[in-house]
Amino acid sequence: MSNKMHIKLNVNGKDEEFLAEPRELLIYTLRERLNITGPHIGCETSHCGACTVTIDGKSVKSCTMFAAQASGKSVTTVEGIGGPDALHPLQEAFKEHHGLQCGYCTPGMIIRAQKLLEEIPNPSEEEIRFGMSGNICRCTGYQNIVKSIQAAAAEMNAAKEAAE
Amino acid sequence: MIPAAFEYYRPQDMAGVFAILQEHGDDARVMAGGHSLIPMMKLRMADVPHLIDLQDVGGMSDVTIVSHEVRIGAMVTQADIIDNTELTAVVPILREAALQIADPQVRYMGTVGGNIANGDPGNDMPGLMQCMDATFTLVGPNGERGVQARDFYEAAYITAREDDEILTAVTIPLHSGGYAYEKQKRKIGDYATAAAAVQITKDNGSCASAAIAMTNLSDTPVYSEAAGVALVGGTLDDTSLKASVAAMLNDIDPTEDNRGPIAFKKHVAGVILRRAIERAWSRT
Repeated sequence: MSNKMHIKLNVNGKDEEFLAEPRELLIYTLRERLNITGPHIGCETSHCGACTVTIDGKSVKSCTMFAAQASGKSVTTVEGIGGPDALHPLQEAFKEHHGLQCGYCTPGMIIRAQKLLEEIPNPSEEEIRFGMSGNICRCTGYQNIVKSIQAAAAEMNAAKEAAE
Repeated sequence: MIPAAFEYYRPQDMAGVFAILQEHGDDARVMAGGHSLIPMMKLRMADVPHLIDLQDVGGMSDVTIVSHEVRIGAMVTQADIIDNTELTAVVPILREAALQIADPQVRYMGTVGGNIANGDPGNDMPGLMQCMDATFTLVGPNGERGVQARDFYEAAYITAREDDEILTAVTIPLHSGGYAYEKQKRKIGDYATAAAAVQITKDNGSCASAAIAMTNLSDTPVYSEAAGVALVGGTLDDTSLKASVAAMLNDIDPTEDNRGPIAFKKHVAGVILRRAIERAWSRT
């Protein structure tokens, strides 16, 4: 056993402080310590992207980062961008366009897509496929995921234009 | 997958890093983005009793461009490379290679220095740095030294870096002419089955110089001087391309693994090198 560390995180806007062993991976902090179960454990080997979260503006696989590394940073999970009462346009679009079947990869897909649309607000299909290539889906064949992201981008861009 | 227990340190400066390295010797390791090391710790293939996270050390995230060279700090990420338009304007092969490393999430975390210092034959930056004749800056308790990329790699995970040294930056001379980084991989996120880095210059219609390095085809990256020499003076017709590929095949030493048998890897290496040379030549 190593010494426990004092770790501070801001998760979805809420400050969290706790003691944890340095070897605690961020995905376990989120799911088991904080009961934030949107990020999923898929492969646990940095390949599938089901555990993706946003940390200080970067999409990160939370199975490949220790909570200690994230200490002092802001973490956003799929829960942080919208919920049942007020869905984010991406959440709405995945629902409307059948962007999921079993749903296991979806939280990672949506939080990654949110970052992608922040960087490229109007992406081509090729840019979506390349930008989403760190997230694996074993059900959909990706076509409806691409459609969902395109639809959300259109919706978000229209809303932005209307606001200007 | 839970790694074995370890102590975690996040020193604020290089003196703090050296103090921990000196106290714990072989039991301590530095980490940049962690996307090579943490998976190995989770598999318990890497045992790191004392883990030194470099994220707060500072001074290693700059890209400096001067007239004849660029200097890239070790903590610059692959995503930083891809987004840096000034850097891409002078060393376009860096972005071309970085886009072929891992996937978007990993590129936000994965650093140039980690990719170079890790010593995994599958990493893409080492071969690229050998092609470009880069120099690595190593800082230790007794000062700083430079090691040529072409002299740095000794065997898988064994490099010229001493245990108490840290790779802090890479300096790349600016090249004129054409370039290409070609990589064959089974899927996004996989290491190369074969990859080739090529820099080439043209004078009066014939090849004036060529630098060629191959990735994941030996236990180190392979700078194939003979493959470059085979092109010089020619117009890159079929005969000189075949001679270059033959010279390269003579320098690599692939092993059979889940990416295929030796004969297949040699075949792919030849195809990839040929494509890289042709694309680099088309850009001269």
